[in-house]
Amino acid sequence: MYVAVKGGERAIENAHRLLAHARRGDQSVPEVTLDQISEQLGLAVDRVMSEGSLYDRELAALAIKQARGDLIEAIFLVRAFRATLPRFGASEPVDTGAMRVQRRVSSTFKDIPGGQILGPTFDYTHRLLDPTLAEGFVPEAPATAEASTAATPRVTDILGRDGLIEPSPQAEAGASVGDLTREPLNFPADRDLRLQNLARGDEGFLLAMGYSTQRGYGRNHPFAGEIRFGEVEVEFAAEDVGFAVPLGAIELTECQMVNQFKGSATEAPSFTRGYGLAFGQSERKTMSMALVDRALRARELGEEALAPAQDEEFVMSHSDNVQATGFVEHLKLPHYVDFQSELGLLRKLRQEFAEANEAEPMKEAAE
Amino acid sequence: MAVLAHAEAGEIAARLRSLALPDHQDLREPENGLVMLRGRIGGDGAPFNLGEATVSRAAVRLASGEVGFGYTLGRGREKARLIALCDALVQSRDFGAAVERDVIAPLREQLLARRRKVAAETAATKVDFYTMVRGEG
Repeated sequence: MYVAVKGGERAIENAHRLLAHARRGDQSVPEVTLDQISEQLGLAVDRVMSEGSLYDRELAALAIKQARGDLIEAIFLVRAFRATLPRFGASEPVDTGAMRVQRRVSSTFKDIPGGQILGPTFDYTHRLLDPTLAEGFVPEAPATAEASTAATPRVTDILGRDGLIEPSPQAEAGASVGDLTREPLNFPADRDLRLQNLARGDEGFLLAMGYSTQRGYGRNHPFAGEIRFGEVEVEFAAEDVGFAVPLGAIELTECQMVNQFKGSATEAPSFTRGYGLAFGQSERKTMSMALVDRALRARELGEEALAPAQDEEFVMSHSDNVQATGFVEHLKLPHYVDFQSELGLLRKLRQEFAEANEAEPMKEAAE
Repeated sequence: MAVLAHAEAGEIAARLRSLALPDHQDLREPENGLVMLRGRIGGDGAPFNLGEATVSRAAVRLASGEVGFGYTLGRGREKARLIALCDALVQSRDFGAAVERDVIAPLREQLLARRRKVAAETAATKVDFYTMVRGEG
């Protein structure tokens, strides 16, 4: 039960003033700029854009600064901001096959056309803290090599040519694209809605869910068919212009998970797949997303769905960290009246208990 | 026009300053909004909604009647207006060639140079596998 509570205005105002002061920290230390956050904490910005579900580096950097580095708070701020702007429409679907690849690895084929390209990665670093980074570090200029003009086809396209992997589901003519920011979730949910939910879902939650499938809770034998990161062009069919106009480029990470076979009396067995896509360089996120996407296809693929990661209602209802934090953190707001009524009930129960126990011995004595 | 969407507002404005621009007016005041970005299931399947992006748009009309539209990612309203102005100018007989030569072509070269740099740095991280004969190494 919620009731209006009056009072505390001055305390709240002063608490916010104190917050602004704490956010700034020691004022003899230079203030951090949005450019610094965007350039030097780029992966935090990527995460806030992905889970805030809004591609805008500058806004994500501002949110991180305002939230004192609390990324879930920053995601909350970005989500609130997006609600203030009108939507012009939806883009043409981006073509990740035409991505200007800055990283592209496959754990299934050593010799993929276009090659294994490591790009800027933490992989193969020793995870030893580097004291030289503490101050004044100037990195060496990157090495360069002649860039190949060869295409970098998706690994799934190569497997698909021989029919070794299931094709991606195609849209039915005239089918609309589900949008969970417009309609409330209903179950069972189609895969477009599930992917939208996972794309804005909490990385930690998806990581744990994906990990659980690897440990046997909904096992589906994954291989990282391909992970790619780079820039893709965005086009928007503008009504006033009458054709698709270029909007510029965004950075995306895509993960194609290749999973164990499915076949039937009428269909030859083939690999199945799970898909992950997110803003920026978000590798852990897209890998986890692809694992969970595949697990959530249990029903469609006729698998026994016993594990949490295969339960779409469980996964989709708990993946959103803004919803989750709202409900968990509302517990700290005043619940005085609720609590008073519980307290009243408890006192009554205790009194009844005491009376019953007092009455008992007297009853015995009477007998 | 894709070149302009990749450029900074300041770069476009600086290039336009070298031209004696004709009179023009805003047909649509520059405004901010959102576009829902879509991906495809599996990269090549049915579309799904990935998340939104901030977008700016504007429309400009030259005194001679040509109408240009400007759309770009981000909240740069001035950039959208400059793109709309360029879009109108390229349609005009008097300014089309000059805008292509003095604005778009140099910005295109700058964009391609940036992409070549990233591609060369990326290429250096490509793995060259070699096979060791058993018993060696």
